Amino acid sequence: MTGSGSAASSAARALARRGLRISLAALLGLAGVYVLALRFTPVELRQGPAQKIFYLHVPAAWSALIAFSLVGVTSALYLWLHDPRLDRFAASSAEVGVAFSAVMLTTGPIWAKPIWGTWWTWDARLTLTLFLFFLFIGYLALRASVHDPEERARFSAVVGILGMLLVPFIHLSVYLFRTLHPQPVVLKPSAPSLPPEMLRTLLLSTAVFTLLYVGLVTLRYALALAEEARDEAADAA
Amino acid sequence: MAESLRLALAVAGKDIRAELRSRTALLSAVVFAALVLVVFNFARDPTALAATDLAPSVLWVTFALAAMVALNRAFTIEREHGALDGLLLAPLPRGALFAGKLLANLAFVGTVEAVTLPLFVLFFNVDLWRALPGLIGVTALATIGFVSVGTIFSAMAVRTRFAELMLPVLLLPFMVPPLIGAVQVTSRLLAGRPLSEMLGWLRLLALYDVVFVTLCTMTFSAVVDE
Repeated sequence: MTGSGSAASSAARALARRGLRISLAALLGLAGVYVLALRFTPVELRQGPAQKIFYLHVPAAWSALIAFSLVGVTSALYLWLHDPRLDRFAASSAEVGVAFSAVMLTTGPIWAKPIWGTWWTWDARLTLTLFLFFLFIGYLALRASVHDPEERARFSAVVGILGMLLVPFIHLSVYLFRTLHPQPVVLKPSAPSLPPEMLRTLLLSTAVFTLLYVGLVTLRYALALAEEARDEAADAA
Repeated sequence: MAESLRLALAVAGKDIRAELRSRTALLSAVVFAALVLVVFNFARDPTALAATDLAPSVLWVTFALAAMVALNRAFTIEREHGALDGLLLAPLPRGALFAGKLLANLAFVGTVEAVTLPLFVLFFNVDLWRALPGLIGVTALATIGFVSVGTIFSAMAVRTRFAELMLPVLLLPFMVPPLIGAVQVTSRLLAGRPLSEMLGWLRLLALYDVVFVTLCTMTFSAVVDE
């Protein structure tokens, strides 16, 4: 093993420890959110207990959106600066984004079935988030199928940038598509104005999910560093 | 600018000549499109759904699938015998190279669409004559957008494992906005609706073309240059 290789892997270990600490703190916070949401937040009058899922669903969507936006921004920056750290970050953020998207896409239908009467509807926001998920998956599939790290970084940066610009187009076209047709009024999600106790729980949960995002991305970034150190050591040997 | 256009046309001309000499890819793509139309006819319940109600969707899903097959070929021909290296060594701005590949792909996909359209009329008994100029216009508008994204993705896909699978997974989400717009405009054209009802969709399609042709031209060098 070369000197720089072991230095890199010890840096990766230190970063992994930090990521683990942040993630554990976030998971503890998540337990707090559960208690707060179930025990100390009032039950919504019309939706009943089903509304509780809101405190997981919305923050997960928030984290997925952050993850996705940062993939787009770091991709654009990568093509400009060619800094491998940007590429590593984009890859980590995309993987964590898939996890949060999956939470969002599973909690959504569970809530929608009792409240809207259907698991799924082709509403603009739903379609948009589904496509975010598909774009993430495509991005990761591309990364997995390119061997050369430098080439992988360039290709995925291009997909990241194009994907970021696709999102408004999908939103706009689905929005136009739906509004030109009559919609069942029951399915229409109305913007609720929250009482302070509910807002407090939501904000805390959003903070916890943001922290979880930071923790998981840090862990994933450390893993990417360790993988690179291993590959370099294998090449040197 | 004129020089770039000349170079782009030279690249496109090379691709089109190569295709015309063998004709295998073009023929296969046309046969594929015809088969998709046939499959669609049997995939519906004729007692429940009239062919004309389904026509715009059938037409556009067929176009999209045929374009996918056609785009897979765009850079596979460059992979053989290091042809792409030759192109990259030529004193050729990357923008002109992209424009050339895009034009060749548009010619290829356009030909497949032009052959599919009469077959569509034949199989689905749609009265197209009045709507034909509009239909050609919207087809061009929608095709330019997704073929542009498809061109850059096919340049990437040939360098990956599972190239034939990678292109659809990457490209299909990008086909959604042009496809929604094209289906909406097509069904209004076939129903003889006034232009004002399609204007919003046409604007969206045009905006998509401008954004993605520009973006793909700008990022193309990041895909091909080491």
